Amino acid sequence: MTAPRVAQADAPLLSEPGEPRAAAGPDAPGPWWRTALVRSVPILGALLGIAIVWYAVTYLALPANQRFLLPPPHEVFGETLTNARVMGPMAAALGRTFGVTVVGLVIAVVLGIAYAVVMSQWRIAERVLYPYAVILQTIPILALVPLIGIWLGYGFPARVVVCVIIAVFPMIANTLFGLQSASPAAHDLFTLKKASRWQRLRKLQFPAAVPSIFTGLRNAAGLAVIGAIVGDYFFQQGAVGIGGLLRVYTERLQIDALLVAVTLTALFGVLVFSVFAVLDRAVVGRWYGHTGR
Amino acid sequence: MITLTGVSTDQHSVTEPGGARTLVLEGVSKRFPTGTVALTDVSLGLGPGDFVTVVGPSGCGKSTLLRLASGLERATAGSIDVRAASTSYVFQDATLLEWRSAARNVELVGELRGESKAERRKRAQEALDLVGLTGFESQHPRQLSGGMRMRVSLARALVAEPELALFDEPFGALDEITRLDMQTELQKLFRLKRFAGLFITHSVSEAVYLSTKVLVMSGRPGRIVAEIPVPWDYPRAPDLRHTAEFAALTGRVSHTLGEHS
Ligand SMILES: Nc1ncnc2c1ncn2[C@@H]1O[C@H](COP(=O)(O)OP(=O)(O)OP(=O)(O)O)[C@@H](O)[C@H]1O
Ligand SMILES: [Mg+2]
Repeated sequence: MTAPRVAQADAPLLSEPGEPRAAAGPDAPGPWWRTALVRSVPILGALLGIAIVWYAVTYLALPANQRFLLPPPHEVFGETLTNARVMGPMAAALGRTFGVTVVGLVIAVVLGIAYAVVMSQWRIAERVLYPYAVILQTIPILALVPLIGIWLGYGFPARVVVCVIIAVFPMIANTLFGLQSASPAAHDLFTLKKASRWQRLRKLQFPAAVPSIFTGLRNAAGLAVIGAIVGDYFFQQGAVGIGGLLRVYTERLQIDALLVAVTLTALFGVLVFSVFAVLDRAVVGRWYGHTGR
Repeated sequence: MITLTGVSTDQHSVTEPGGARTLVLEGVSKRFPTGTVALTDVSLGLGPGDFVTVVGPSGCGKSTLLRLASGLERATAGSIDVRAASTSYVFQDATLLEWRSAARNVELVGELRGESKAERRKRAQEALDLVGLTGFESQHPRQLSGGMRMRVSLARALVAEPELALFDEPFGALDEITRLDMQTELQKLFRLKRFAGLFITHSVSEAVYLSTKVLVMSGRPGRIVAEIPVPWDYPRAPDLRHTAEFAALTGRVSHTLGEHS
């Protein structure tokens, strides 16, 4: 009953599958600042495009007697940027807004991740808690801002609260999505190995969520900037941030200062967004074992 | 041990009556809350050195059988007795954690068991060497081919030193050449480790080549309609597949399968 015996019975147990593949893609991993520089080229291009349109509007579209509505960039920046009486307060205001953004973002991130983790652990928790997140997202924030001012005053804490309310939802939604993204088979594997809830969270759900968390972070960062400015714009009291200055300049028709403030605000947003985009690339790329890209 | 067909058995397809049995199912049925009856009255037993393959039409309850045997699902009737210190389950897709290197995927088993770092490193390396992945330890799943990912998955199953190993169509998604390769390697590993194996497949030739016994299931609700012992010793040469005896046996399995689909 014993049929064909194997001749090469004790050859090496398994055949070699070949050489390890090279890890890197076409673009070799440079230092982080190189990546940042390369990635900022499109942004610089966009700024150039805006400047061109600006000049075109000033000199080609506006008649000479209305040119004060949009003075050319070199006049705006040349005169205002060197004017310490304007730039001093503006830098201070930008600093305050930056502070609110950073603190608001940190709180939104911690809160959002914690909220999503709790929801991911018990189905009932998700049922109960998710509606609050949705309400927070859909509530007209502009109606809420004055109330927050009345309740919490117009200082730093109230501004941070506005910032958190605006920024937290993408953190919650993306983190929850990521925590739930592990495959049923992977969950079965953990069940079969009798993993504890904590082990499942730490070794399966949370690592699976990392890319989504970074997506959430990028969105939350952009919204945190907006949140800090919105709070500031509507609180007419307290130490002014850049949002408050925007309102003041508008009311006084200080077009030059207004344009500089808008530009700086935009650059601030771009900077925050870029930092997280670069971070996202670096971390998530490495997460799956590719270097660079 | 229930013998459904009157076929003679040999030393591989059966263990001594009353001997140590790793997995015994008796009269097992599964009805899902949706009302679907996936299995009816399934009985089987396997011990160390048994490698049983299960073939049956799609949707007949083969995966359900494995999920019951592994404890992932509960039977609605009958009894399931598992006497294995360690059970491994190999899924259809490799089910690797994408953020971990090959070695760290294999180490996961030791981590969940609370083994020391040095211990699980050593054991993961041994398992990876065994499946021919020496030199690929630090590669992530996305950098590996489908066949290599399945090797990592096999290494992860082996590192647990399973007494019972369950396979749910693990090679189903691989191309033909890789698939034959993996079959050859799996039966070598089986010869070495002598676990009790239960292996689901759609391929009759795979079922015969790998096993000590082929179970044929009917269409839903699944039950075992035939039990066909496979005589050859391990390791088995790849060329075994081209012999007349092999063709005769696969023919018999296919025929039985056709009768009950
Ligand atoms: N959790 C579940 N709830 C309800 N029905 C289920 C569940 N799991 C499986 N089924 C049903 O049970 C039957 C058997 O499913 P199973 O996955 O075991 O089949 P299978 O033989 O593995 O099929 P395939 O060969 O396609 O993998 C199917 O009809 C399926 O729809
Ligand atoms: Mg199946």
